[in-house]
Amino acid sequence: MKKILLSSIIIIIGITFIGRLSYLQIFSFSPDLDNPAIKAIYDYPERGYIYDRNGKLLVGNDPAYDVMVIPREVKALDTLEFCSLLDIDIIKFRKQLRRARIYSPRLPSVLVHQLSKEDYARLQEKMRRYPGFYIQKRSLRYYDMNAGANVLGYISEVNERDLRKNPSYVQGELTGRTGVEKVYEDTLRGRKGIQYIQKDRFNRDIGKYKDGLSDVQPVQGKEISLTIDKDLQEYGEKLMHGKWGGIVAIEPSSGEILTMISGPTYDPSLLVGRKRSANYSKLHFDSISKPTFDRSISFEKSPGSPFKAINALIALQEGAITPSTTFTCYHGFYIGRNKKGCHCGGGTRRLNDGIYKSCNAYFVGVYKKIFEQFDSNAAAMDAWEKHVRSFGLGSYLGSDLHTGRPGSVPSTKLYNKWYGEGDSRWSAVTTYSNAIGQGEVNVTPIQLANMTAAIANRGFYYTPHILKKVNGEDIRNPNFIEPKYTTIDKRHFEPVVQGMAEVYKRGTAKYVQIPDIEIAGKTGTVENFMVIDTVRTQLTDNSVFVAFAPVDNPKIAIAVYIQNGYYGSRYAGHIASLLIEKYLKGYITRKDLEKRMLERTLESEYVKPYSGEEFKINEYDWSKHAIKPKMETIPSR
Amino acid sequence: MAGKSLLKRLDWLTVFIYLALLTIGWVNIYSSTFNGSDSSIFEFGTLHGKQLFFIGVSFISIILVLALDVGFYERFSSLLYVVTMVLLLGLFPFGKTIAGATSWYDLGFFNFQPSELAKVATALALAKYLSDIQTDIKRRKDQWYAFLVLLIPAILIIPQPDPGSALVFFAMAFVIFREGLPLFYLVIVLLAILIFITTLMFGTIWVGISLTLLIILFLLLKKKSFKIPIFPLVSVVVVAILFSLSVNFVFNNVFEQRHRDRFSLWLRLEKDPAKLEKIRKTIGYNTYQSEKAIESGGLFGKGFLEGTRTKGDFVPEQETDYIFSTVGEEWGFVGTTTVVLLFTILLLRLVYIAERQKNPFSRMYGYGAISILFVHYFINIGMVIGILPTIGIPLPFFSYGGSGLLFFTILLFIMLRLDSNRLKEGY
Repeated sequence: MKKILLSSIIIIIGITFIGRLSYLQIFSFSPDLDNPAIKAIYDYPERGYIYDRNGKLLVGNDPAYDVMVIPREVKALDTLEFCSLLDIDIIKFRKQLRRARIYSPRLPSVLVHQLSKEDYARLQEKMRRYPGFYIQKRSLRYYDMNAGANVLGYISEVNERDLRKNPSYVQGELTGRTGVEKVYEDTLRGRKGIQYIQKDRFNRDIGKYKDGLSDVQPVQGKEISLTIDKDLQEYGEKLMHGKWGGIVAIEPSSGEILTMISGPTYDPSLLVGRKRSANYSKLHFDSISKPTFDRSISFEKSPGSPFKAINALIALQEGAITPSTTFTCYHGFYIGRNKKGCHCGGGTRRLNDGIYKSCNAYFVGVYKKIFEQFDSNAAAMDAWEKHVRSFGLGSYLGSDLHTGRPGSVPSTKLYNKWYGEGDSRWSAVTTYSNAIGQGEVNVTPIQLANMTAAIANRGFYYTPHILKKVNGEDIRNPNFIEPKYTTIDKRHFEPVVQGMAEVYKRGTAKYVQIPDIEIAGKTGTVENFMVIDTVRTQLTDNSVFVAFAPVDNPKIAIAVYIQNGYYGSRYAGHIASLLIEKYLKGYITRKDLEKRMLERTLESEYVKPYSGEEFKINEYDWSKHAIKPKMETIPSR
Repeated sequence: MAGKSLLKRLDWLTVFIYLALLTIGWVNIYSSTFNGSDSSIFEFGTLHGKQLFFIGVSFISIILVLALDVGFYERFSSLLYVVTMVLLLGLFPFGKTIAGATSWYDLGFFNFQPSELAKVATALALAKYLSDIQTDIKRRKDQWYAFLVLLIPAILIIPQPDPGSALVFFAMAFVIFREGLPLFYLVIVLLAILIFITTLMFGTIWVGISLTLLIILFLLLKKKSFKIPIFPLVSVVVVAILFSLSVNFVFNNVFEQRHRDRFSLWLRLEKDPAKLEKIRKTIGYNTYQSEKAIESGGLFGKGFLEGTRTKGDFVPEQETDYIFSTVGEEWGFVGTTTVVLLFTILLLRLVYIAERQKNPFSRMYGYGAISILFVHYFINIGMVIGILPTIGIPLPFFSYGGSGLLFFTILLFIMLRLDSNRLKEGY
């Protein structure tokens, strides 16, 4: 027994060892992911530049310089001289150095963030006199345009959630947060380079891992060109000064977004560098004017009178009216026993003057006629909804913008829910607000602009988009080059376009016409309400304007939505005219109008609901403020 | 005697395994001291260069060991033992301190570690004493003398401090068991270890309860004819419980915190996972890093010179005590199993060789050598793969270290020299 005792022990121990080793190396084996011996060093490529449609730079990169320190390598130095060189407080310097030492004596820490180019030039040659300190170059976004914050968006460091969602990011990397920076993140970002470094247990580099075989070379981000016109964007934001609302201009022949303005906005360079997060908080928590809320694509409101053009088109398509069908306006119209007002002047209206005088009575009549074409109200509503939606209303449009709202188009289902099913429960009369764009229809400025583009094209539109070129090559996105047809036949557009052109000649916008350019447009004065201390209170009307120009072969379709600007031509019409002129001519002939728009603000309107005092709406001294037309250059025809 | 016939009588399987272990060991020392530059493997300034030099020295010592007459070892074993004990004693005034342990003589070109020599000398002396015609291992007095032979070097080595090496001498007690010491002692020792561990893990009360249950079970299952030795049975239980109580006392009052932490880690006494993890990364840092390195090797390993944790020096003492973790990381499960199998085969072969000796001195020396090699192998690999607490002793033929390699070689080849002569003995 004693003879085999030792042998058995040896065998048992051998089996135990192999068992333990198989547990360690086979069952708990995991590819060495948390290996402290290999460090990946990332080489971030420069983010792609962003240009406008004419090749003007919008966003570039600016080098920034951080002063880094490796505490262990710091030798005795003239602290006073060094601090004056860096232009920092000596106490702060000592504190930072101590903090860096606590973090790691062997690893670099940032001592001073983001020096300017001038400081860098001054420091560069003297740096080598201070061992342990060196300057690290970084790249920051640089904005060559003090506008378009809502279009361009901003970038910031990735957070935990981004990392979970997309493992190709690493801690500290930058990613687009809103706007173009977000939508075209993959294009702009490029691919970061990775260098694997073999480390020892003190975290010091001891050479390349596997001689750099698994390293990845960085790939530069691509530069992109937007469809935005830089000058138009800047000019529009100047006009928008002190006003809330959104402006969108589209090139009807391509669907390219020429400008996208949201007011109030902010300087995009506020969200760069050291002050980014403090500035962002300031903007984000401004819950009254909401500068970070992109009104040009997310602001859903009733369209008002411009929507009448759609009703006219539907009625023509359904054969409910002809251009010469008449309705009589008695300075208003009757809904049951209630008289609703109209300020078109009264009289017998046909399509043409119904549009240019924006007669409510005419369009309520038209709307009722549409319903009379069908056997039931439900069928009429379904057909009406289908036509409205074909203009891109009530949908996200499929654009390449990072956010947006669908707006809303009422449907049979909605009214059945509200009033109950059956012809007796609701009718054209119940829903007459839809006739004048005040009811359950809600649109965003970009939808309005797109609707205008569809009218300008006489029956189709291209999906609005903002990307024009990538690395100088035109994009060929089938979604953007295929026309989307409306359900209205082309021949029905001409009478409506005529009516819209008359708006400028003798209609509601005759005071805002521009020499030598024929514009078709439609004003809108939209009632709006706000709940103030649980009381639904009416505010000053929203000023709305849609237009396209020239009438034949249109180059620009624009929608301007100014909150509390009162009647349509007062602000929106003027601004639309100026922008059209700026875009088509490149200069402004009506300096008086321009001066007025640049100077006037609506801030007094915006404080009203928050002042806690009684206020009047739609204040206006007609004799004082009316803008006289310049008669000498009235377009002929 | 003719050299040719000696070579014929040498046990070549053992020699082959010895050479294999030496080669694998050196390759791994080269890898764990490799710093990326293309230095020559023979460069004496590097650790692998030095080790290569000592491999050469060991080969010369093999020739000497084999050349000497067989009778020499038996005759001079007592003298060698005395000289070695003097050398160990001399360490106290003249020793050189490396890493806190005064275990070396500075000989200028290399540091000599007498405790390695003491292992060979003690194995020889123990064999000599036990094989003496006047020694009867059944006698209590002779048992004590035999233990004394082991105890003297152990007592001299413990205060160096080098408790790991001291442990090796106690392992040689196995020789005494082989030669007739009642197994009763071994059972007592094993029982003591069992009680020690179970007390730490479950507490005295549970140890007492389970012992009582065990005895009741024994009484129920016993044969009717069997007479119950009531007194010894009760006394065993009482002693066991007293021992168990003393374990608690010793653990809490005699042990230092670092010892307690080692046991907490080994037996997973700490139940709070956060605290356990902290101990793992501080007290158990070596074991933690070595386990991680072995784990990361997987089935086939990362390849020669590709072990990133080895290159990054994450495992401390990797070229000496933790050399096995390099095998684990770079050669994977295949490599570690190969090494374990080589050691197992070597030890089994040595047991076979020891058992075929007609001469009792040869047999007892053989068992001494096996005990020494086995304990090193068992404790070292057990520690590196995390099933034994941290006890710093090298892996024979593998770990970096001149004295170690030289005397393990001498230890092994004295046994082969004795074996080569077995047919001439006893006739």
